[in-house]
Amino acid sequence: MTFEVGSGLSIGSILFTVIIVAAMLIWVERRLLSLWQERLGPNRVGPFGLLQVVADMIKIFTKEDWVPPFADKLSFVLAPTVIMIVILLSFAVVPFAPGVGVIDSNIGVLFVLAMASLGAYSVMLGGLASDNKYALLGSLRAAAQMVSYEVFMGISLLGVVALAGSFNLREIVLAQEGVWYVIPQFVGFVIFLIAGIAESHRLPFDIPEAEQEIVAGYHTEYSGMKFGMFFVGEYLGLVLISSLITVLFFGGWMGPFLPPIIWFVIKASLFIAFFILLRAAIPRPRYDQLMTFGWLVLLPLSLLNLMVTGAIILSMQ
Amino acid sequence: MMQKKAIQGKKHATNLVETIMLSLFKDTFTSQVKTLYQVFMHAFVKADTVEYPEEQPYMFPRWRGRIILSRDPDGEERCVACNLCACACPVDCIALQKAETEDGRWYPEFFRINFSRCIMCGFCEEACPTNAIQLTPDFEMAEYIRQDMVWEKEDLLINGTGKYHDYNFYRVAGMAIKGKGKGMAQNEAPPVNVKSLLP
Repeated sequence: MTFEVGSGLSIGSILFTVIIVAAMLIWVERRLLSLWQERLGPNRVGPFGLLQVVADMIKIFTKEDWVPPFADKLSFVLAPTVIMIVILLSFAVVPFAPGVGVIDSNIGVLFVLAMASLGAYSVMLGGLASDNKYALLGSLRAAAQMVSYEVFMGISLLGVVALAGSFNLREIVLAQEGVWYVIPQFVGFVIFLIAGIAESHRLPFDIPEAEQEIVAGYHTEYSGMKFGMFFVGEYLGLVLISSLITVLFFGGWMGPFLPPIIWFVIKASLFIAFFILLRAAIPRPRYDQLMTFGWLVLLPLSLLNLMVTGAIILSMQ
Repeated sequence: MMQKKAIQGKKHATNLVETIMLSLFKDTFTSQVKTLYQVFMHAFVKADTVEYPEEQPYMFPRWRGRIILSRDPDGEERCVACNLCACACPVDCIALQKAETEDGRWYPEFFRINFSRCIMCGFCEEACPTNAIQLTPDFEMAEYIRQDMVWEKEDLLINGTGKYHDYNFYRVAGMAIKGKGKGMAQNEAPPVNVKSLLP
């Protein structure tokens, strides 16, 4: 078997790598956070504390798999699987390198956005099925946040799509041969970055799971591996958003000297580190501030960006 | 003046777009970016963490840690089994029994501290009239079996004077023991016969 788009080897290694990376991010995040907080972080289990992930996994797998008696059993069990499946499916269209990818879809951008929307079901179902007021509040917030931030997430990408003339992520990367889209589409990049954080509800936009206000939000009632799936799902979302930013705005695998896949990993890792820095630095906004910022600032900005991009493209022809 | 302010405030509130754009540039592009930069620069600062078992912290001499029973400069036990430490102890972790030697000295027959109860408050040290019981800068007392937390006199006694090197209770106290009668202690006047009227 050889590496080509859609080959078994390619699919298997992508699935394996993505899940391992998401699990390793637990350690990476803790180490990076402690670096910026002048601590050391987990450094006892194995070299540099790397085996912390293994210890966490053993712990989480051997925990009791408990469903609260008042919960709605089916949707309670279903909810955490949805977020994993949906985000793993999104990775199908991400072009990691020439020949490395699951599918070469002509509607790649749309597919990713559609899957991101489905992710909202996970948190909504989880919160509703828990039959807990904190979970309900969390899922209400999550639903509103994800639905509204999806709007400009999509619109901010349309500038890139218009420039590349394709919805295919692989072709978008190839169209950045000359100049990365972060330069002509800087506003789009910033909006997508912010919307991406809100979409994967990472800090500072982790309002659906704000510990200080609503315990743990939609996964308050979850424990064991079901909580683990929400947890890993969040890190998968982080990896996905970082990969998408790399693909859409930073030329994907393009770069001199090093092999393409290495360039992809370097770029994506930088964005993952940036997301963790955001968590270390920026405090959480209030819920209404988040919504106001979204609808009154980001939406007009993204529309403006799209219109200006369109006008420039038309005038160039 | 206040009216003017109120009008200004109203004007400001009505101009929503201006407010939002201002806050966008002021907050987002200066404050937030500055915060990010400052937090990032913390990556180049040495971590405050003390990696404990490898790196021992400095223990202050007055630290209230493991309790010991000290000896006087002559090498005799200082404890006179007065029970004041056991009375002072707020968690009742000290138990002892008085005994007496042939030459008249008092000593504890047994002296037991249950360290699984002890809160290291140091009241026993304050209560002790003979400087016998003292707290030391040692805190590494973890055990796997709870019964091992109960320390007997043999475990508590040290071969030294602890924090007070010159103090010897029987040398300064008026209590008579063999070889030191009434009035023979340091700075002690000979006993007076209170029933006699003669000067």
